[in-house]
Amino acid sequence: MIRSGTKGRILDVIFSSATKICAISVFLIIVAIMVALFAGAWPALKKFGLSFIFSAEWNPVTEQFGALVAIYGTVVTSIIAMLIGVPVSFGIAIFITELCPSWLKQPIATAIELLAAIPSIIYGMWGLFVFAPFFADHIEPWISSTLGNLPIIGPLFSGPPLGIGVLTAGIILGIMVIPFMASVFRDLFEVVPPVLKESAYGIGATTWEVIKKIVLPYTKVGVVGAIMLGLGRALGETMAVTFVIGNADRLETSLLMPGNTISSSLANQFTEAVGEIYTSSLIALGLILFFLTFLVLALAKYLLIRLTLKEGVRT
Amino acid sequence: MNGLKNINASLYRRRRFINYAVLASSILTTLFGLFWLVWLLVTLFSHGFKYLNLAVLTQPTPPPGEAGGLANAIVGSIMITCMGVAIGAPVGVLAGTFLSEYAARSRIAHVIRFVNDVLLSAPSIILGVFIYEIVVVPSGHFSGWAGSLALALIALPIIVRTTEDMLRLVPNTVREAACALGAPRWKVTVSVVYRAARAGIFTGILLAIARISGETAPLLFTALNNQFWSSSLNEPMANLPVVIFQFAMSPYEDWQHLAWAGALLITISVLVLNIIVRTFLRAGHKS
Repeated sequence: MIRSGTKGRILDVIFSSATKICAISVFLIIVAIMVALFAGAWPALKKFGLSFIFSAEWNPVTEQFGALVAIYGTVVTSIIAMLIGVPVSFGIAIFITELCPSWLKQPIATAIELLAAIPSIIYGMWGLFVFAPFFADHIEPWISSTLGNLPIIGPLFSGPPLGIGVLTAGIILGIMVIPFMASVFRDLFEVVPPVLKESAYGIGATTWEVIKKIVLPYTKVGVVGAIMLGLGRALGETMAVTFVIGNADRLETSLLMPGNTISSSLANQFTEAVGEIYTSSLIALGLILFFLTFLVLALAKYLLIRLTLKEGVRT
Repeated sequence: MNGLKNINASLYRRRRFINYAVLASSILTTLFGLFWLVWLLVTLFSHGFKYLNLAVLTQPTPPPGEAGGLANAIVGSIMITCMGVAIGAPVGVLAGTFLSEYAARSRIAHVIRFVNDVLLSAPSIILGVFIYEIVVVPSGHFSGWAGSLALALIALPIIVRTTEDMLRLVPNTVREAACALGAPRWKVTVSVVYRAARAGIFTGILLAIARISGETAPLLFTALNNQFWSSSLNEPMANLPVVIFQFAMSPYEDWQHLAWAGALLITISVLVLNIIVRTFLRAGHKS
């Protein structure tokens, strides 16, 4: 009896320390990633200093590197993706939770969740072979002849219809985040207690008023978090963008022109990079991307904590 | 009285109008969103099935202009993915166990949960760069192992998250009952809690497999690619996502056709995995 008791205790210690080691290894991995990225980026950061972030020059021949083009491309494509993705997925979630006949609800919701699981390389391929030619033939000429002539935003939309470019990449990203965000929004809207909605309907509110005054306030914490998660995905997405952005290391005003993002620069140039400074500059780009997504996540978490604190305990 | 009635009527009309406008635009956005996704799937399936044949599954990747298939890439993908899960799953399950069973409310658990979320949202290409620096550079060559490790880093946070969530669903009374019978803590966890949550844990692992089997970016600088048959994880290894990327970006039409077939294969396997997960979850809810 005593023997088995000590044996049990030893196994207890072994098992609990094994779980602890594994949990701490998650922490160590993140630390290691930061150290490795920083160490790899150090030669470039030392050589170019802070001007690395603000320089638009990316020239492997003269070994002059700056991150501005890639940062600009990353941020702009993500903004375009959010401008398309947020309202559309919001509309889809409203449609599924409030309007859809109940027999159609489950099929649409399942379809959207399955679409969210499709690998991003598929979106990229479709963008390159199907969407970009269509966009160049039918949409871009129209954009540059209408929006391109407007006074202030005109330069953003002028240029030849190439099909590939920053705008195309942003749109593909937007299409890609739609299923992801729509399914999160739907999950959020579903948790609103029916009794709250019913009492609002009972005093004569319209469907939109119920959404605006009941559903959104109840779920705003999660909605903000979901948007941030979608943004994080868009910032770090590689394959959907690499196919269609055109990989040009020049800063262009027009969204119709090819550009580059941090992740597509890495995907295209990393294995071909020769020389310490070139590789190191690419790793420095990666470091910037890591901190960008880290900031977005931290911001999302902070907002969530603040919103929950402000609301106090829900009864 | 009459005036008030008019105001109310116009207010009512306005509210009704706004309501209809919003609902109509929600239907329109749904159609808009589904339109692109349906278009994508239709192209994928029509192109994919056109170029999918037995040779795709049995022949290795060809040089441009010759006949061939994707067999080495398929085998490579399966091996790299399996190794990735084999590395990531045990660590993930144990870490999730720690968070749920041993340190649920402690400070260290909060830190690890946050760090896990950071890892979950880290761009996959960064994980590829990381593995490149710590595995590929020191060993001097690209390898299947490096690819597996990169995929393990993607699978890990997913498995930690789902394991913790699933273990938390097991009611405390079950643990207390087992403890009261004199079972040591590890035995309670392994034979009682794991057993109660096994469908959920398995689901998390399947989800992680579905996620990593289509990942391309981290494999670009780790497993790279291989034109030939290779069953050694110690060498650069062909894998479906990277082959698709290379072939799709190439100017050769027969390569592009193979890329479509490969894209279809990946999509089908990811969708099948997700459907299995769904059935599992449903079975778990019933019991």
